[in-house]
Amino acid sequence: MENLGTLAILLAFCFAAYSVVSSVVGKWTRRPFLILSAERAVYAVWALLTLAASLLVYALISGDFRLSYVAEHSNRTMPTVYKFTAWWGGQEGSLLLWSWLLATYSCVVVFQNRRKFRDMMPYITAVLMTVETFFLTLISFPEAPFKVLMAGKGIVDAGDGNGLNPLLQYWTMVIHPPILYLGYVGFAVPFAFAMGSLITKQKGEAWIHTTRRWTLVTWMFQTTGVLLGAGWAYAVLGWGGYWAWDPVENAALLPWITATAFLHSVMMQEKKGMMKVWNVVLVSATFFLCIFGTTLTRVGLVQSVHAFAQSSLSRYFTTFLAVGIGATIYLILNRLEFLKSEAPLESVLSRESSFLFNNLILLASCFAVLWGTLFPVITEAITGEKISVDTPFFNRINIPIAMGLLLLTGVGPLIAWRRSSVESLKKAFMIPALIGVVVSLGLFVMGVRHFYALMSLGLCAFVLATVTIEFFKGASAISSKNSTNFFRAMFELTYRNTRRYGGYLVHVGVVFMFIGFTGKAFDIDKTLQVVPGQTMQLGRYDLQIGKVESGQNPDYQWEILNVNVSKDGENLGVMRPEQRFYTAARQQSSVVAIRRRLNEDLYLNFAGTSNDQKGLVLQSYVFPLVNWIWIGYWVVLFGTIICLIPSKSRLVWPRTEVVAVTGKHAEVQN
Amino acid sequence: MKNYLKFGLLIAAVLGTLAWLAVGGISETKTYYKTIAELNQLGDHAKANRLRVGGDIAPHSIVRNGGDVTFIMAQDQLRLTVVYNGIDPLPDTFKDGAQALADGKLGPDGVFHATKIQAKCASKYESAPPVTRNPAVRTS
Repeated sequence: MENLGTLAILLAFCFAAYSVVSSVVGKWTRRPFLILSAERAVYAVWALLTLAASLLVYALISGDFRLSYVAEHSNRTMPTVYKFTAWWGGQEGSLLLWSWLLATYSCVVVFQNRRKFRDMMPYITAVLMTVETFFLTLISFPEAPFKVLMAGKGIVDAGDGNGLNPLLQYWTMVIHPPILYLGYVGFAVPFAFAMGSLITKQKGEAWIHTTRRWTLVTWMFQTTGVLLGAGWAYAVLGWGGYWAWDPVENAALLPWITATAFLHSVMMQEKKGMMKVWNVVLVSATFFLCIFGTTLTRVGLVQSVHAFAQSSLSRYFTTFLAVGIGATIYLILNRLEFLKSEAPLESVLSRESSFLFNNLILLASCFAVLWGTLFPVITEAITGEKISVDTPFFNRINIPIAMGLLLLTGVGPLIAWRRSSVESLKKAFMIPALIGVVVSLGLFVMGVRHFYALMSLGLCAFVLATVTIEFFKGASAISSKNSTNFFRAMFELTYRNTRRYGGYLVHVGVVFMFIGFTGKAFDIDKTLQVVPGQTMQLGRYDLQIGKVESGQNPDYQWEILNVNVSKDGENLGVMRPEQRFYTAARQQSSVVAIRRRLNEDLYLNFAGTSNDQKGLVLQSYVFPLVNWIWIGYWVVLFGTIICLIPSKSRLVWPRTEVVAVTGKHAEVQN
Repeated sequence: MKNYLKFGLLIAAVLGTLAWLAVGGISETKTYYKTIAELNQLGDHAKANRLRVGGDIAPHSIVRNGGDVTFIMAQDQLRLTVVYNGIDPLPDTFKDGAQALADGKLGPDGVFHATKIQAKCASKYESAPPVTRNPAVRTS
């Protein structure tokens, strides 16, 4: 069976490579049947990889411990769902998942466009299959999933496996890799379209229109993947944080940043024919950052709690990145004349300008995070000393950037294209700005002194005010004109322009998330050695230590500390933080107790008994506003879905051509 | 053109501020990676820097007293005593024999005062870890 799996992967490798060659040759020699054959090969690759993946999953679920991968990542007593998810629990299996997802995406692209873009499609297929060939090279040769641990006749009992790390046996971690991969892998598609468009010297923006939904969905998956990781870190890892600026976390964030920049700058190209070169650069950067992120997680380039020394793979990835980036840069430079901008930047006070600054600071953040992540590698190469930077570095840069982004989020959607007068700006922003200032001042009066917290919450209020006013103005106009009630008017308003109002909702979600992030400025904590019966205080909470319960089950031993919680005199019940010790993996795991409320979380971690056996160590924290991060995510998801819904009226994007400029700027600008 | 000058100045201002913040951030948080062997050879002025030391946690050396945790980090034959009393809970992977990274400063008494402890996440993408039970190891 493992032979069938290995064969399936090798065949898929051959078909993918064939598809690349057949596409390109078919295009150059004008032989449509070769192009068709290449597209059929894409389907074949998918079928073969589905077979291989099914075989691996079958081996995992049925407990075929002869296979080295199954022995490493599964064991008999694991619940079946984790046996399934052990598919991506290790290097080989996760690369197979990557390949399978890419094949699935490629099939969708090929199928959707089987009668469209006939000029570009051969190149799009070729690009997608080149990436696929690369990953199939990895699982065909260095990282084959079906390696056998023991072979030969007469093996009666293959023993048991090591099992999946218990830290990963949570539903959030079950879906985190596939969802993140759906994001990572998905960016190959807009990239392929951009390359196809460049190679065939397309003048129009067809590649952007076609890939808009694709990019949005992929971005959504990436956002979800990153936040799942954060949510898991917070609830499971037990250190009370959701982001450590660890290299692997940063690796997932970097393409997200450039993708967000891309989502905004494409609007400049659609509406004004500007930023063409920039958009191609951005989408390529996003794709290569995805590959880079995949590399960083698997190769010991930067020391991280997640990354492992797997240096043989680093050569493959580095070569792929170098060749890919080189080819892309060459192509862009070669086609520069087809990417000339159709309109100039006219004024600092304009929507173009706000998009420009949006991109500028997002890319600055991306660069800073990349720099900080690679700092040890760079310093070692230059000075011989390995120096790393920590959370304060990332926060110093990203907090002001976030403030800038918040400001632009409020200003951007309301400022006019080309040129805005100061009067119109005053009209649009007087009330929201006032609200923002009032909120900041109000908080200051209530005792808040943290500078960035004041600024952040003021800006959040500013943005929320602008969006609310927009919805209100639009809905009142519709409801008074059509005499419908207000809520139906809002629905109608959104439906008429799903991109705009969906976008507003996404912005609201992001603002909620920033409110959640700002709460960090007010965290409080206390770590104490306690005995049963003792009461400790944390902020407004009284924690009365109860007794310790312990027990054992086939998977793990456990100890639970009962803590009676009351706040301002009112009893809130018992919280039961737990410590587990998983026998098979010899792995400790703390199960924190969290009391989640809109205004704050009470977070208790039972760190075990102190060595002198005299006391129990309890770590308690209050995290204000943290749930707004997760709430914000759901609003972002909802907003993105609205963006994806086709508008009621077919939107025509009138290209505003600048034919003449009069007045102060009467000099002709090219 | 006046316009591009305005843009240029604004862009330069934004980037300049960020660069200044970055440089400040680097010098504030830069942490030198050192092995235990290198630690002993450090001059006094280097000891004032934040250091990051890696090693294995010596078996049975973890001692918890209230909010403090003391343990011995080992590398080959060298030993380093580490004390940690930060507010973050210790990672679950922190146990005997695990690989750990300690960030902090080396005290004059030779004890390393850690402000941050990381322990390697248990093997997720490791190649061929030691398989405990199966004697017949044959890869096809």
